[in-house]
Amino acid sequence: MTAASTWSACAALVRRDLILVWRRRGDALNPVLFALMVIALFPLALGPEPEVLRRIAAGVVFVALLIAGLLALDTLFRSDYEDGSLEQLVLSPHPLSLLLACKIGVHWLTTALPLIIVAPLLGELLHLPAEVRWVLVGALLLATPLLSLIGAVCVALTVGMHRSGMLLALLVLPLYVPILIFGAGACNAAALALPHAAPLLWLAAALVVALVVAPLACAAALRISLS
Amino acid sequence: MNILTLWFHKLGSPPTFYRIAGWLMPWCYGLALVTGVAGLYGGLVQAPADYQQGDAYRIIFIHVPSAWMGLFGYFFMAANAFVALVWRIKLSEVLAMASAPAGASFTFITLVTGSLWGKPMWGTWWTWDARLTSELVLLFLYLGVIGLYHAIEDRRQAARAAGFLALVGVVNVPIVHFSVNWWNTLHQGSTVRLFGPSSIVPSMLWPLLLMAIATHLWFFGTVLARTRTGLLEVDGGKDWVRRIVLADDAGPSAPAASERSHV
Repeated sequence: MTAASTWSACAALVRRDLILVWRRRGDALNPVLFALMVIALFPLALGPEPEVLRRIAAGVVFVALLIAGLLALDTLFRSDYEDGSLEQLVLSPHPLSLLLACKIGVHWLTTALPLIIVAPLLGELLHLPAEVRWVLVGALLLATPLLSLIGAVCVALTVGMHRSGMLLALLVLPLYVPILIFGAGACNAAALALPHAAPLLWLAAALVVALVVAPLACAAALRISLS
Repeated sequence: MNILTLWFHKLGSPPTFYRIAGWLMPWCYGLALVTGVAGLYGGLVQAPADYQQGDAYRIIFIHVPSAWMGLFGYFFMAANAFVALVWRIKLSEVLAMASAPAGASFTFITLVTGSLWGKPMWGTWWTWDARLTSELVLLFLYLGVIGLYHAIEDRRQAARAAGFLALVGVVNVPIVHFSVNWWNTLHQGSTVRLFGPSSIVPSMLWPLLLMAIATHLWFFGTVLARTRTGLLEVDGGKDWVRRIVLADDAGPSAPAASERSHV
């Protein structure tokens, strides 16, 4: 057996995770369907008046995607933990944080990116104003990787547990508050034709920090819960 | 090793800490009661009524010290969690987890007293104001730590995982504070400052500071009590715990009997 480089290990991991998703590609659509159904509940509950829906559209889409992402988080380490490959990952000679960053990246690509792609459509269902649409997509592009990165740290802490769903929500949602405020804040500012660059820049800054720190924290958390 | 470092190292050992905590705890509770009664007398009876809010303002003598303790408790917990994770000190794990319920209670008291005050003053029990929201998020962070701690079977692993979450949360606290401030604010600014003159009259300030001392002492009293029971639990199979339990079983008049009443 030859000693593989870290780079090829990462590439192999990404390939493996992508193949696993592809083999069960029906499941990959579940978050999208979930978000669509949550969005459909709001007009049913609040009434179909376009002016009411237009006002809340961006926030509702944001929250629906946030919850869909939260439910999808559970799959990040679940199957790898059950078949033991997560432990092999921890034991491998390559930096664990880098491998986890790859896993989080693939997870974001397969769960969050489809949600972002359908976000304009979801917005259209709620009569989202046209000038907000691309601000919403931009905010989501910055916010969802942050959600995945922060969520991954909490998932790593709960990885050994059965039925960790509610607990995971309790751990993750308080940490999501600032992201939601800035992301939805940018959309609301755009809806009022106010400058909306500042919250987006804050999100971008937070994303840069989280890209560096969160994989390290995730690795540390995983070592605690697998110890 | 000089005598001070030796003492410090000994303090970290569970049996020694258990004994010292048992000695300190009544003092904490007793002094907390004395300063608390004095502070409440000063605040509720002696301090003049506010020119604008009348007597309703007097809730600050509970509200503000509790709010300070809610934050202090979180930082105390996070500092202990840091020590526990970096140096793997068992005592710090127990201390961190003991301070979580105490801090959460103070945060809860802050929210309740704040909403009691808000009804006559702002005309509403709750408003989505920055400070209220960040206090609520702080409570959720506490509940997350407590929930994670109780969800894991192994006590030490649970303490380490929950401690790690506390450290993640401590990064989040200032971010939440800053972001909700940017989002929406209605709450008045601080009137007590560490640096520079406070904008509160001395007759209102001294009961407030006394209450702050009382809440600190009470916090440490409960943390010590919880740490003692936590140490008994973590060190369940050890010899020193066995001795305490045996002395406890020997007769209800033994000194250990009063210690157990705080469980």
